[in-house]
Amino acid sequence: MNIASKLIWAFISLGVVTVWGLTLGGIVYKIFARVQGRLGPPVWQPFIDIFKNNSKRTSISHGIMYYLGPVFRIAGGIGTYMFIPVLFGSAHFSNFSMSGDLLLVMYFIFFGQLGMALGAGEGGHPYSAIGVSRGLAQMTAFEVPFALSVISLAMQYKTLNITDIVAAQQGGFLNWTLFTNPLAVAAAMIAMLGMNMHNPFSIVIAPQEIPIGPPTEYQSAFLGLLATNRGIFNGAKLVLFMNLYFGGATNLAALVAKTFCIYMFSVFVGAAFPRFRAEDSIRFFLKVPTLVGIAAVLLWTL
Amino acid sequence: MPEDKEIVTPVPPAERPEWVKDERTLTNSGLPEEERDWFCDARPRRAEKSWRVVENFMNWARAHSLWILAFGTGCGAIELRPLVTARYDISRLGMQMRPTPRQASVFLIGGYVSLKTLKRIVRSYEQMQGPKFVVAVCSCAINGGMYWDSYNTIKRIDEYIPVDVYVTGCMPRPEAVLAGFNLLKKLIREGKAEGQNLYADKFDWFKANQKQVITDWNMPDYNW
Amino acid sequence: MRQLYDQLKDTYRLTEYGERHPGQAAAQVPAERLTSLLTQLRDAHGFSHLVLMTCVDWLEQGQFQVTYILHNHTRRQDFILKVRVDRAHPVLPSIHTLWKQARVYQRELHEMFGLEFPGSPGIDEPMILESWQGPPPMRRDFDTRKFSEERYSHRPRSHSEPEARMKEQLYPED
Repeated sequence: MNIASKLIWAFISLGVVTVWGLTLGGIVYKIFARVQGRLGPPVWQPFIDIFKNNSKRTSISHGIMYYLGPVFRIAGGIGTYMFIPVLFGSAHFSNFSMSGDLLLVMYFIFFGQLGMALGAGEGGHPYSAIGVSRGLAQMTAFEVPFALSVISLAMQYKTLNITDIVAAQQGGFLNWTLFTNPLAVAAAMIAMLGMNMHNPFSIVIAPQEIPIGPPTEYQSAFLGLLATNRGIFNGAKLVLFMNLYFGGATNLAALVAKTFCIYMFSVFVGAAFPRFRAEDSIRFFLKVPTLVGIAAVLLWTL
Repeated sequence: MPEDKEIVTPVPPAERPEWVKDERTLTNSGLPEEERDWFCDARPRRAEKSWRVVENFMNWARAHSLWILAFGTGCGAIELRPLVTARYDISRLGMQMRPTPRQASVFLIGGYVSLKTLKRIVRSYEQMQGPKFVVAVCSCAINGGMYWDSYNTIKRIDEYIPVDVYVTGCMPRPEAVLAGFNLLKKLIREGKAEGQNLYADKFDWFKANQKQVITDWNMPDYNW
Repeated sequence: MRQLYDQLKDTYRLTEYGERHPGQAAAQVPAERLTSLLTQLRDAHGFSHLVLMTCVDWLEQGQFQVTYILHNHTRRQDFILKVRVDRAHPVLPSIHTLWKQARVYQRELHEMFGLEFPGSPGIDEPMILESWQGPPPMRRDFDTRKFSEERYSHRPRSHSEPEARMKEQLYPED
């Protein structure tokens, strides 16, 4: 495929993952509401919220870095997605996957939050860096078990190319990383709880906790951009986890089913637990999940 | 309806400090001298509508995703709590409670408004963005209600901020508040809920009313 | 509680004993004996809880009556003490050294009635009425209705006659 059609298909798959990520968010709100005995918003409510936010007639900006914060964040989200192959064996939906793209994707996961930190530091509130520093601290903490799990994967499959990792998992259930390297999967799934920012790690995006920083400073079109990024980023992370640990997908139906089940794992945990404070969550990540990750790495060096 | 030109009462030249750019700049007269040019000195401007098809779509999106400012101004705040519970459930209508005025579209004035609260209401209302709507519940917001002869409450809230929908009651039942929200949604979809433009047009009249009752005005004239 | 009253009545010049319930008694004390009486009740007789301080405006007699209610938790008794001060010169000793919460009550009474409590910390901070420049509003010679009619604009009455309208709508054949 030449570069022009590859680019077009990459943007089409970006549109697909945006719609799927936002719909998944809507389904989760509906499930939470039904569990609590209410009716809940319609499944397409995140789309309506984004349209409403983008149709606000005024917006307040506090400077150029404040303006660029959400831009960095959505650049991180799109960058994360663009290097993950979505469907194995499909020439259209394999984006720009290349050798070594696993490290690049991990970099982009972190890049969005860093850009947001720069932007929110120039918010209207003099102490808005507090809200941002908690998010960054929690993100640093959950990167540790995730990175150990990725190292263990790299040693197991002897490659950093996601397409090769997916190829090595084909041929039946028992070839999935879930069954061949369960410790790495355990460490990574616990790290995913921190990434998705449901309870117990939702202190970063809860605006009632500290009403300063990104959850409360951004409004109108900025908030629309951040909400769109939430859909893209969630979808990208789920597709990444599916590719690395659960065998990848060869058609869109399998993609939808597998990512839904992976997301339900963090939703079930989120529905059952209250919130950790930021320092509690850092301590949590640096204890048992790190040990599990180290064990996963050691298993493959010996 | 005919769009009026902006009615601007200019600041006379003799009273302008030297940093004031032109006759439309606000003087932030409530602040001390050294803080006056730190704060916003521009007047609110009318926000223009776009083409009819786009505006209809945007009004539909605004009506189906109203975010309420979680600021309980009086007794009427009690009526917000049952709406969020499972029996009346406003989340099925797309409404949620936001803690910050920057992200909210609807301001629910619940009940009596004392002078101390009015200052905070004005400040929060001016910080809200975009098309913003005000729903005033309870009879105290309509004509003073139970506090009609009180020395500390205001009797007509729509002389201080523009109001779209009134809901009568003392308190209104949750069904009545939901009926008020339905009327607000109907007004939004018809394009008649333009409180922001009314505030920008009659800014000097609103500001004069506010400053007449709030005598210790120690904040900027327009809190962005 | 009659024994307690008799015990204290000569030293502190208490008058006008009243008892409504078995555990609730009232007495009147002159202003200069107030602080020592409250200290004695708190330290020696177990009335450790200051429940509230409030004020009554006797306009016809030209006096303010400040009421203190003390509570004894071990014996479950309330003692209501009333002090009368002159309306033109309403100064009372401050009891914020005995109970810290008296500071808040005294601030409220200063704002609403104009009572003076010399030495009470933060007495000029406005509590509810920011930027109030009129007379203390809870005094009975302050006409709140006239004030509110002059200061605030009222909505004109709507002559809607709901009873006649609903009757015509629901029962048109009558």
